[in-house]
Amino acid sequence: MLEVKDLHVNIGDKKVLKGVDLQLDHDETFILFGPNGSGKTSLLMTIMGFGGYEVVQGSIYLNGEDVTHMPIYERARRGIGMSFQRPPTINGLKTRNMVELCAGESEVDVDALAEEVNLQDFLDRDVNSGFSGGELKRSELLQLLAQKPELVLFDEPESGVDLENMALIGKMVRRLLEQDLQPQPDKSMKEQKNQRKTSGLIITHTGHILDYINADRGMVMYNGVLCCAARPRDILEHVREYGYEECVKCLK
Amino acid sequence: MPKVNQDKKEQPTKNDREEVELESYNFAGEQSELIPDLRQLDQNDKEQLIMAGVDVNEEGRSGTYVQMNSSKVHCDTCHTGVEVLDIKDALDKYDNLPEYYWQAVSPDKDKYTRAVADNLHGGYFIRTEKGAKIEEPVQSCLFIKKSGLGQNVHNIIVVEEDSELHIITGCTVSQDVEAALHLGVSEIYVKRGGKLTFTMIHNWGEQIEVRPRTVAHVEEDGIFMNNYIMLKAVKSIQLYPTIYLNGDRSIARSNSIIVTPPGSYVNSGSRVVLNGEDSRAEIIARTITTGGTLLNPGHIIGNAVPAKGHLECKGLILEDGTIHAIPELEGNVAGVELSHEAAVGKVDQEEIEYLMARGMDEEEATSTIVRGFLNVDIMGLPPELKASIDKTIEEAGEEMF
Repeated sequence: MLEVKDLHVNIGDKKVLKGVDLQLDHDETFILFGPNGSGKTSLLMTIMGFGGYEVVQGSIYLNGEDVTHMPIYERARRGIGMSFQRPPTINGLKTRNMVELCAGESEVDVDALAEEVNLQDFLDRDVNSGFSGGELKRSELLQLLAQKPELVLFDEPESGVDLENMALIGKMVRRLLEQDLQPQPDKSMKEQKNQRKTSGLIITHTGHILDYINADRGMVMYNGVLCCAARPRDILEHVREYGYEECVKCLK
Repeated sequence: MPKVNQDKKEQPTKNDREEVELESYNFAGEQSELIPDLRQLDQNDKEQLIMAGVDVNEEGRSGTYVQMNSSKVHCDTCHTGVEVLDIKDALDKYDNLPEYYWQAVSPDKDKYTRAVADNLHGGYFIRTEKGAKIEEPVQSCLFIKKSGLGQNVHNIIVVEEDSELHIITGCTVSQDVEAALHLGVSEIYVKRGGKLTFTMIHNWGEQIEVRPRTVAHVEEDGIFMNNYIMLKAVKSIQLYPTIYLNGDRSIARSNSIIVTPPGSYVNSGSRVVLNGEDSRAEIIARTITTGGTLLNPGHIIGNAVPAKGHLECKGLILEDGTIHAIPELEGNVAGVELSHEAAVGKVDQEEIEYLMARGMDEEEATSTIVRGFLNVDIMGLPPELKASIDKTIEEAGEEMF
């Protein structure tokens, strides 16, 4: 569903991505590892279409359509959704109204969704105003649950989150990725699995999120290129033991 | 030779649009018939009143005063504990109100106060009884229906000890009025333990000049919430209410929301003087220009300890125009705590892109942020008035983009 081809991106004069190739199928979750400043966030921001990330070469396809130069909202309407690591405060806009806006044309039970992420008391507060780390993450999830993206871009689900919140956030990311299947009378689990479409592209440093979701593949971003394709858990263990330096040797 | 600064730009206060030529208006006085029921007004006038926050059905109101042109047309109170009178009737009834009349504002302050002192047309006198908690607001409307008119208004508000009151005052003109001048003197007295919320909504027109002169005195434990909303075009406005927190533990909050369309000249600010121990003041202004010129001075003066004051002026320039924020802090004793926060600029790109990532196009995202910027939640307004202002902001928003 997502295809990134030979993507080169500059921020001003600085080259941040230097030829990234990445393919994601429906119902696939991909984990991005890599040290700070390696280009992980830049890749997510470029896929979402933010200003300041200039694509100098290569292209991005979503379900076969070239979205490389599409405005952000067109990509959002085609099914890309992003959880921000440091979302801005929107003064005077209530979280409740924001969630309704995220749902677009479709109906949404804001109160029920808010209860699931334990944010009932935040619906009448301004979006992200004075929210703690965990509250910001849950607010992002609440918005995405209403937006129902087909491709979820998630920048560090565990940053600034305490252990207690992590379980809730993990559970909600799982739900967002449609991995929370329950036995249903009219459909087998296998049938359900075949119907789900949502894909995820997730950045993690700590790997905590891997305790809650099924992640199919992972790679390491280093100095603007991707390397070391492997199972996410193997990458995590390797990096924990030897650090990124050792991991990157396979680049050579 | 040092380089001489050639910038001859005039000081804002000397701007020629600050001066009103009184001679060009007719102050002779235009008497209007009494209107016992405001629903009798024609549809256009009714809409103008509604846009200025006036409920013509008088539902949920403790009293109503309406002045049309130069005289009272409607005045009643439906609540015990609060008295609403025409100022002339009040002067007759209370022996010229020696404690209040021209006691906070000097008639010789400027030519506008002089004009009001020399030729009083009307205005309201509103006074609570001691200890009365008036839940529903009293509303007033100062309405101009005749072109070329100079309207002289003198208002007096007295909030007696331990009483509470909310006043909504809407000032507006009939849509066909070409040019007019509104001069308004307001003297406000909040006594010990009293609480006043005063919400003024201006809904003028492109050729209207407006010169309010307001001074408030607040005694110990008194609270004065001063709200000002101006979303529509005006030729020129100059207002600078001054609040004296004379009593210990007295509190003032001054909130303004101002939009300046092309052609409008607005000089609107406020000043609070902290004279009482433990007095506190907050001045918050949210301003937008869509092409007009806006001066937004704010001044907090700390003369007592402990005392705290905070000033916040934020301006958005949506179309080429001017916002001139002038925050001033003046502490005169050791230990006083004054602070300010000022910003003039544009809608934050990061916020726009955040909303765009949720599916809103750029225009929707921008107008959503601007509506949030203008939100009136902090004003503590009754729900139906808040809903009506939200609607006005929505409509003003549509005109902006």
